Amino acid sequence: MNHRIAAIASNTFREAIRDRVLYNLIGFSVLMAGTSILVGQISVDIEKLVVINLGLTAVSLFGVVISIFIGIGLVSKEIDKRTLYTVLSRPVQRWEFILGKFFGLAGTLAVNTVCMAAGVFLSLLYVAHRLQRADSSILVALYFIVLQFVIVTALALLFSSFSSPLLSAVFAFALFVIGSFSADLRGFAGMSHGFSRWITTAAAYVVPNLSALNVISSVAHGESVARQMILANTAYSLFYAAMVLCGAILIFERRNLK
Amino acid sequence: MVICLGYSSARFLLIIFFGTFLGTAHIGDAMNAIEIQGLEKTYSVGFWRKQPKQALKPLHLSVEHGEVFGFLGPNGAGKTTTLKLLMGLMYATSGSARILGMEINDPRMKAQIGFLPEQPYFYDYLTARELLTYYGKLSGVATRELPQRIAAVLDRVGLTRAATTQLRKFSKGMLQRAGIAQAILHDPKVVFLDEPMSGLDPMGRREVRDLMVQLKQEGKTIFFSTHILADAEALCDRVAVLHEGELRGIGTVADLTSKTQGKVEITWHGSLFPAALQALGATGQVSGDTLRAQMNDSQLDAAIDILRRERCRIISIVPVRGTLEEYFVQQMNTPDLSQTGSSRKGASA
Amino acid sequence: MKPSRPVTLIVASLLTVCLAMSAGLVRFMDRLHPQDTIEDVLYLKSSQLKWMSLGYTGLVADIYWTRAVQYYGGQHSGEDAPRYELLAPLLNITTDLDPKLTVAYEYGAAFLAPKPSTGAGLPKEAVALVEKGIRANPDNWHLYYSLGFLHYMELKDYEGAANAFMRGSKVPNAHPWLTVLAGKMAQKAGDTQTARMMWTAMYDTTTDRDIKETSTQHLIAVQVEEDVTGLEKIVDIYRTQTGRLPASFRDMATANLLPGLPLDPHQQPYVLTAEGHVVVRHPVKFKFLEKGLPEGYVPPMNAKN
Repeated sequence: MNHRIAAIASNTFREAIRDRVLYNLIGFSVLMAGTSILVGQISVDIEKLVVINLGLTAVSLFGVVISIFIGIGLVSKEIDKRTLYTVLSRPVQRWEFILGKFFGLAGTLAVNTVCMAAGVFLSLLYVAHRLQRADSSILVALYFIVLQFVIVTALALLFSSFSSPLLSAVFAFALFVIGSFSADLRGFAGMSHGFSRWITTAAAYVVPNLSALNVISSVAHGESVARQMILANTAYSLFYAAMVLCGAILIFERRNLK
Repeated sequence: MVICLGYSSARFLLIIFFGTFLGTAHIGDAMNAIEIQGLEKTYSVGFWRKQPKQALKPLHLSVEHGEVFGFLGPNGAGKTTTLKLLMGLMYATSGSARILGMEINDPRMKAQIGFLPEQPYFYDYLTARELLTYYGKLSGVATRELPQRIAAVLDRVGLTRAATTQLRKFSKGMLQRAGIAQAILHDPKVVFLDEPMSGLDPMGRREVRDLMVQLKQEGKTIFFSTHILADAEALCDRVAVLHEGELRGIGTVADLTSKTQGKVEITWHGSLFPAALQALGATGQVSGDTLRAQMNDSQLDAAIDILRRERCRIISIVPVRGTLEEYFVQQMNTPDLSQTGSSRKGASA
Repeated sequence: MKPSRPVTLIVASLLTVCLAMSAGLVRFMDRLHPQDTIEDVLYLKSSQLKWMSLGYTGLVADIYWTRAVQYYGGQHSGEDAPRYELLAPLLNITTDLDPKLTVAYEYGAAFLAPKPSTGAGLPKEAVALVEKGIRANPDNWHLYYSLGFLHYMELKDYEGAANAFMRGSKVPNAHPWLTVLAGKMAQKAGDTQTARMMWTAMYDTTTDRDIKETSTQHLIAVQVEEDVTGLEKIVDIYRTQTGRLPASFRDMATANLLPGLPLDPHQQPYVLTAEGHVVVRHPVKFKFLEKGLPEGYVPPMNAKN
């Protein structure tokens, strides 16, 4: 990575940290601690199941909220506050700015997820007393959740490059929800006919395929994830995020900063 | 994995990108520091029915090396638009500009210029030192040199004691100084300042003014916009006056102000204001036995004859030195004329 | 002073490549994805789903409905023998979430009851599902029709069928056929004429594409059954007249018993076997055939719609 992208990324990371983004970890740890204690008292069999399900779902939702709410401001805030002017009047290309912002937020989320993952494993240790080999598939689920953040962050950045923060948030969140049901959307596409089939099929492949990245419930049941699936999901997320970032760059390159 | 892939693809793009520049860029700065040719910007305003609004009419301008150039005009005249076009923040509708002989989006040119936007607002979660480190890295200042550079520039703008304070605790004047610090940090050849004195108290203004004089002495070219005429008068080698997106005048301050009048003021001792003098179109004042009259240059000989005839004792004959303000007001009141350039005389003089 | 062309070109082509790659990977993953198991579908109970859908049960029901239809279609297009064990739970969850989604009950009646490879072979579950639909939608005569239909066609319970049609005929705006059918059930059961009438009514009144298609197939089967019965009667007449079996339909035509070569609904000539039986030429093209199949014919399990 060139040093300008790195500088922008680390500044974005620093902004997130100083804006107290990591405070969400407090909420998360309270949630996990409360759940572990409660669930340990109520039931015997499903405590582990509940901890994994709830823990991973919370990791995913907390992260998505962070990536949307920071992502939508990444570009628009810099335009509003005119900080972008002093950046772009330097030898910084606009695409470098977009990439730097993206890596900065993606890095923030990765760090945040590592902290949350530690919390999930601690709760698991509390209710199950020891970790098993099968629990390693939780790591796969967490990895998929990070891939999910990569996609959502890229989308939020895309919307941020041309739209107001509020609209960006709405767009990004809508795409997140639709993407979570993308398999069903492809089902609809398969059932329709003629022109509408053409449209729905196109839409079904353009929205992010987030449903394949959600393996929380099968992991909670102790199932492992096929290696091919891990590779395919990794490649998919990188290609998809790259595609969205290309879109963001194309739009941002053309913008007149008023 | 994510980072790695982005890393290599970014480097790949970078290579291609710079590759294209090496082929086309003009190297060297033999010509003027800033060369603007027919730069023009038209916006579309309105949501449904887009109507074109010409923010900047075709502008021709050149600024020499080492010159302090003032860009004058009321708010909304097109000063900021011009600066944004020069900084590559906006794309011109037509025309072109070169800075240091290079294209607007040439990264090598951008490494040699500094820019202070109007009413800057910086990342307020950073300290002054962190802010300058960030900008230093973006400008390609070597990491080894950076700490000394920052210390020097902070000293220069008088922020040494605030180096580790977060910008959110800065006053407006301190922010402006931090803004100037980031603009000159990487020792640029050309400095663009958009309203550098706005929002400053008299002391702060004085400091910025002194700083600009120092920069000029170091041989830097300074292009600054302002609507405060006194600043321009005190600092500029040349000024350009912009109004409603159109260039209304350009030249040295003396050039422009001398065009305003061509008037003289005569002072004499006497008891009455001669009627013949009034007939010449002179305006006068009486204070005790000292009388003053102002008239056009061309009437001077006739006026002296009249006063001699009246046996008045002439004390002084002084050409009236106009201020930039007078010129400015006069230009603003002129109806829009399509003609541009420096040779036009004030129509209402 | 314009956006850089090289950047635009590189980024735009990169975008296209990434879009193509990501779409390809989605297809790859869809194939890779293992079939849903009973546990997956039943992991969430309907009551939990209601709670989780934050009251937007209609939308979630639609999603489950799509899944049910997809599941049924997916089993057909696969290479393995179709299995339908998830159809009943999917339809049950759908109708729990949205009890007014009558098409789901009709779908269940049409595809839960028939034997594999067309259906799940669960007529009892089908009856239970439709009864549930009637409880939730007592004014919908379609459901009574489906119920009577199930009793008649799948369970061969003519009394139950008559009862269902009778109940349905009392619903406001009921199709007049219901009364007729109720009468037919009481009077005579098992003839092709009734079957034809019922399938025609099914075809005309349903809006579901799959049900329409299956009705067509049944009507074709009814036609073949009538043709074969008629032709074999003529074979009998020929034998009484000549004392031997006809060698071909041409023999029967020469004897003025047939106007010409008889064709099946797919416009293929029927085949006369040496034993005097009439069969269809391409049994693969037919579904639900009970008469007219060549001896020892086994339908392929993965027959596609």
